[in-house]
Amino acid sequence: MTNAVSQAALFEAKAARTASRRHRLLSMPALIIIGVFGVLPLLIICIYSFLAAAPYGGVQWKFSTDAYLNFLFQRDIFDDTLQFTPDFLIIYLRSFLFAVVTTVICLLLGFPTAYFMATRTPAQRNWWVLLITIPFWSNLLVRTLAIMFIIRDEGLINDVLMGLGVIEKPITMLYTNFAIQLGLLYSFLPFMILPLYASLEKLDFRLVEAANDLYATRRQVLWRVIIPLSLPGIIAGCLLVFIPALGAYVTPLILGGGIHLMIGDLIAQQFGSGRNWPLGCAQALILMAAVLVALYFYVRNTSGKIQHG
Amino acid sequence: MADPRTIDIKDQPGFRTIAIICVGVLYVPILILMVFSFNTGSLVTRWEGVGLTWYGSALLNEEFHAAAENTLIISVSATIISTICATLAAIGMTRVKPWRGLSAAFMVINLPLMVPEIITAVATLSFFALIAGAFGLNFGIGNLILAHTVFCIPFAYMPIRARLEDMDLTLESAAADLYATPWHAFRRITLPLLVPGILSGAALAFIVSFDDFTITQLVAGPGQTTLPLYIWNQIRRPMTPEINAISTILLLVSILFVSVSFLIARRRSK
Repeated sequence: MTNAVSQAALFEAKAARTASRRHRLLSMPALIIIGVFGVLPLLIICIYSFLAAAPYGGVQWKFSTDAYLNFLFQRDIFDDTLQFTPDFLIIYLRSFLFAVVTTVICLLLGFPTAYFMATRTPAQRNWWVLLITIPFWSNLLVRTLAIMFIIRDEGLINDVLMGLGVIEKPITMLYTNFAIQLGLLYSFLPFMILPLYASLEKLDFRLVEAANDLYATRRQVLWRVIIPLSLPGIIAGCLLVFIPALGAYVTPLILGGGIHLMIGDLIAQQFGSGRNWPLGCAQALILMAAVLVALYFYVRNTSGKIQHG
Repeated sequence: MADPRTIDIKDQPGFRTIAIICVGVLYVPILILMVFSFNTGSLVTRWEGVGLTWYGSALLNEEFHAAAENTLIISVSATIISTICATLAAIGMTRVKPWRGLSAAFMVINLPLMVPEIITAVATLSFFALIAGAFGLNFGIGNLILAHTVFCIPFAYMPIRARLEDMDLTLESAAADLYATPWHAFRRITLPLLVPGILSGAALAFIVSFDDFTITQLVAGPGQTTLPLYIWNQIRRPMTPEINAISTILLLVSILFVSVSFLIARRRSK
């Protein structure tokens, strides 16, 4: 009797083991492709950042911390001393500022929009979601180009203003900080609206009614009920805007015209005309560190929130 | 009685206006770009007349043909490979008894979504430069297909996983009770139910590959111009509305695939 039971248990354990093995095997193709062509390259740039630059691009296999030193200092050609040059640091701080402003304005515009969408009838909601989903998935390069056409010297805004006689000379907007900021806002607004909507859609609106019955004003309902309950969505949305905005490449490339750089262009430059791959790798890893810090705060905050909810 | 959600105590003053402004801001620039693709004049932003002149000139353009061909080869290959991998991974990782390394596997699958594109781009460039230098390996356009497959997998994976999570488990156990082998149960029950998720995932994978600029620009070798790269090359020359025509075609492809993916996903939830 006991023998039969243990036989059955043994059989079951074996079946579970083969099932687990099968599941692992099924996941392997995806994991191997991402592992070899996604994770391994990240490890390679970690190594590259500690090598010396080859004169025509690429690396020389010689250990060197120059890439990280060059991030903050420049070696004087004459007396070989290191001098503090904050050029790169300034570009990082500018990019950080751009990303923060983008996140804040996207939140201020995106929250009311997402809330408005979530309070429509189900049929209307579907249309609104599709309306925001289309720009979310549309080509970023083309969308940036669309902004460029509007704000160029001979673009629509200047044409209209000059036609109306408001201005005589076109206002220069392209290749300015304003252009980059506008482009970032335009690019990433849908990235804020969709996660906010996803969390507001699940909001229990009976709580709003309850607050209303207890004589809360609309403003109090918003600040004391709706916003605290949708905090996970707010954090997710901010992260989905902040991370790509910090590493933006297309926007400053087209709207900044190579004059006003962000981290993205700076990194790409080292692999192009700059011909300093190790420096580019070091710059990429410093950006990655900033992203990891942002992700860390996200994980810490959301895991705290889940316990509350 | 009206739907309880439309009762106005939930409305916040000014939110409707902001929502309408947001949609306006998102669409007006794209619509202007599209309208000017039908301009017969040779200036990008001065209107002269309605016509398909620039679509004609784009379609006759050899460089455009080459770019369109490259784009299709890369996106279709990346879509097929990534969708197959993502489907298998979703089956192996959703609603299963946790196997050793499962949580690490989740991180690996989602990694391409976390890393900023420019970092992926330079890392992939360094990787292919290294294997070309060390082993003389160069897959030609295969380099781009592999690079695209990596970031397509998580996009294809998400809708398939969502579909698996929604699926009725009892159907599979019913099949097992009726002496279906695991393979039969999968082939006849799970896979047919999974098809909408797979199609939705494939559509998303296709869009992200079709539209990719950053990674393609850094990884592409000579002669591997894709449509987004072709547009970028055009921006740097004196521009004609041909660029509007090509941009419009790209936007329409995205809109088509988003709508398809969206409609499939909607039908599922009803």
